[in-house]
Amino acid sequence: MPSEQRLPVGSPQPHSSLPPRPSRTDPYLERYAARARGMVASEIRALFAVAARPEVVSLAGGMPYIPALPLDAVGEMAGQLVADRGAVALQYGSGQGDPGLREGICDVMSLEGIRAHPDEIVVTVGSQQALDLLTRIFVDPGDVVLAEGPSYVGALGTFASYEANVVHVPMDDHGLIPEALAETIGRLAAAGRQPKFLYTCPSFHNPAGVTLDQPRRAAVLDVCQRAGLPVIEDNPYGLLGFDGEPSRALRADDPDGVIYLGTFSKTIAPGLRVGWALAPAGVRDKLVLAAESAVLCHSSLAQLMVREYLASQPWREQVKVFRELYRERRDTMLDALHAAMPAGCRWTSPGGGFYVWLGLPPGIDAKAMLPRAIAGRVAYVPGTGFYAGQGGRDHLRLSYCFPEPSRIREGVRRLAEVITAEVDLWSTFGSPAQAESGAPAQAEFGSPAQAEFGSPAQAEFSAPAQADSVQ
Amino acid sequence: MSDLGHVLVLAGGMSAERAVTLRSGDRIRDALCDAGVEAVIADADAALIPAITADPPAAVFPAIHGACGEDGSIREVLALLDVPYVGSTASASRLAFDKPTAKAVLGDAGVATPASVTLPRETFHDLGAGAVLERVVARLGLPLFVKPARGGSALGAARVLTEAELPNAMMGCFGYGDTALVEQYVTGTEIAVSVLDLGDGPQALPAVEIQPVGGGSYDYAARYTAGQTEFYTPARLTADVAAQVAEVAVTAHRELGLRDLSRTDLIVADGEAFFLEVNVAPGMTETSTLPMALAAAGRDLGVTCRELLLLAVARAGLPWHQAGPGRY
Repeated sequence: MPSEQRLPVGSPQPHSSLPPRPSRTDPYLERYAARARGMVASEIRALFAVAARPEVVSLAGGMPYIPALPLDAVGEMAGQLVADRGAVALQYGSGQGDPGLREGICDVMSLEGIRAHPDEIVVTVGSQQALDLLTRIFVDPGDVVLAEGPSYVGALGTFASYEANVVHVPMDDHGLIPEALAETIGRLAAAGRQPKFLYTCPSFHNPAGVTLDQPRRAAVLDVCQRAGLPVIEDNPYGLLGFDGEPSRALRADDPDGVIYLGTFSKTIAPGLRVGWALAPAGVRDKLVLAAESAVLCHSSLAQLMVREYLASQPWREQVKVFRELYRERRDTMLDALHAAMPAGCRWTSPGGGFYVWLGLPPGIDAKAMLPRAIAGRVAYVPGTGFYAGQGGRDHLRLSYCFPEPSRIREGVRRLAEVITAEVDLWSTFGSPAQAESGAPAQAEFGSPAQAEFGSPAQAEFSAPAQADSVQ
Repeated sequence: MSDLGHVLVLAGGMSAERAVTLRSGDRIRDALCDAGVEAVIADADAALIPAITADPPAAVFPAIHGACGEDGSIREVLALLDVPYVGSTASASRLAFDKPTAKAVLGDAGVATPASVTLPRETFHDLGAGAVLERVVARLGLPLFVKPARGGSALGAARVLTEAELPNAMMGCFGYGDTALVEQYVTGTEIAVSVLDLGDGPQALPAVEIQPVGGGSYDYAARYTAGQTEFYTPARLTADVAAQVAEVAVTAHRELGLRDLSRTDLIVADGEAFFLEVNVAPGMTETSTLPMALAAAGRDLGVTCRELLLLAVARAGLPWHQAGPGRY
């Protein structure tokens, strides 16, 4: 316990004759890498701290609805696993991942038309780590990568951390536009730039909620094959479609040109942190080395739990349970949006997955509106988080996967009030947001107005603490 | 272990400063524990009153910044519960939290403060933003500083260099409150002076000089990202100016009827100190200035917080379990 001090309250310590030295509160400031400069506190992150309170209806986070899992059965299975195979489950494992799990992953991917061998798979800490490792082995600072506009915030954070230049490719209600992709590749080539890969989320896109239709899948593959451009197919929601059979994966039709990323975060539970990459042999070998360098090996316990879950639990039935649950919530959100949203709003109608992408009335800036929404006890993710440049101001992402239907209705009602008040505020002050950005406010999926080969992707949403809330 | 009994550190709340206040609360709790006080964190939510009623603490240390924490509301509730608490009363907090009111009080006391206007959102709506803003610029000139009349951590605050930037700044400001304070922007040295009263009158701690790295604004990122701002403690001021800023801070503390501790933010320009605002629940994070000032004065944070808690208990006249109602 510190000793009592009897100095008068306001007495400074005796002055030395040396000039005063500043305190920076972080002695390592000069030693950080340049890429860490963007890692600063932000008002948006501060607001999400409030959004976590129960008083706020959060339509922001993409958290799977874990209460729908048979937790007793999973708990019993986990206990039995440790009792029976603890010496393996609690031991180091291989860098490529448990062979039995990789066999199970092949069964899962077969539902989307993929025929793969377990040796082509590398298990990762969620598909997020697969994306990180792929970026690590493909991208040097300043390299161009292509991604849909908008694109998954976690991917943009990863690209930013490797100092990639993200060039967005427009999409519409049917997903990525192949002609725009070809045009972008051609424009880059004319400027002497060759992108390293195309990153795409073709099924139930995060955040746009749309799905690349089958004709376009073939067209996108054709464009990429002709350009020699690898495709990273991120497919976390592929089995969570509400209508009919799952879409055929891009990887199913181009084993050499597509690197497929999968995860059990949505079909089982994200807390397991088990995902994978399915890659051609050369890429796979580098992924294994990169994975060993990053984490030595993945959690043996988590891998064996998933392996056992696939072998002993009715996982296909459980995926149906999730699908029905999310379908009901999607319907609830769409009905609520139709009932409550003011004129000028428009939104996507997802056929699966977790998200609705909502466009705001002209001039309204989703990021500037967020503090007013939090004060109104509703949270969303502003569209700017899904662009590497200045796009997305006029959009926001709504998530329906976690809140109960009654909360979804209430959240949408609150949001409609906030937007209505925002329109009033905007009409009072004119269109400053639009004037400042110079961007068209009503592009179909936001305003992909990033600099041509501009600055590295922004990292505003990329820090770990934030990733949970906007996954 | 202290003879104080167990105490609550209130942190969290529903304002946009929630993340900051949780960090302040953790730091106070840890410092108190190091000083031998049994301290736990409590949020300002529906569990608070039942928790206090079931197991009354010896005293409460409110560490909630912004609305609820500094607008007097949580202190009013603590008074209703007859719980001793550290810091200013509800009514004094209300006065200080409203920046235009605090500026007016200090102005009446002869303290310099930047010229300003205070305008609610409705005024722009009813009278037309363009016409009102034109008059604001004509009266105050440029540059300006726009901030919510009630709030903190620079949330919703913006420096405005041109008239064209003003509408955006107003909209950003109204994100955090319904009334805006538009001040003349005074270019100078940013100074924070904390005031402590341990029973023998308010005394200023050494002034802290704030210099955002790269010369930018002392905005949210600069405040709460370690390393983004350089602090000089004591501030590099002449003896005369150091005495002047200390006097302003103590005057603010006295004139607004504050108690125990406060922090006054000022700008020093051409040797003159301008009062900006005062905080009744100063930040206690790793990048906050009050702990720096305490350290510069040779005081331990935990010991100081314990002394403040003991004062709060003493104000009630008796140890908590023997104290009657109203003597918080």
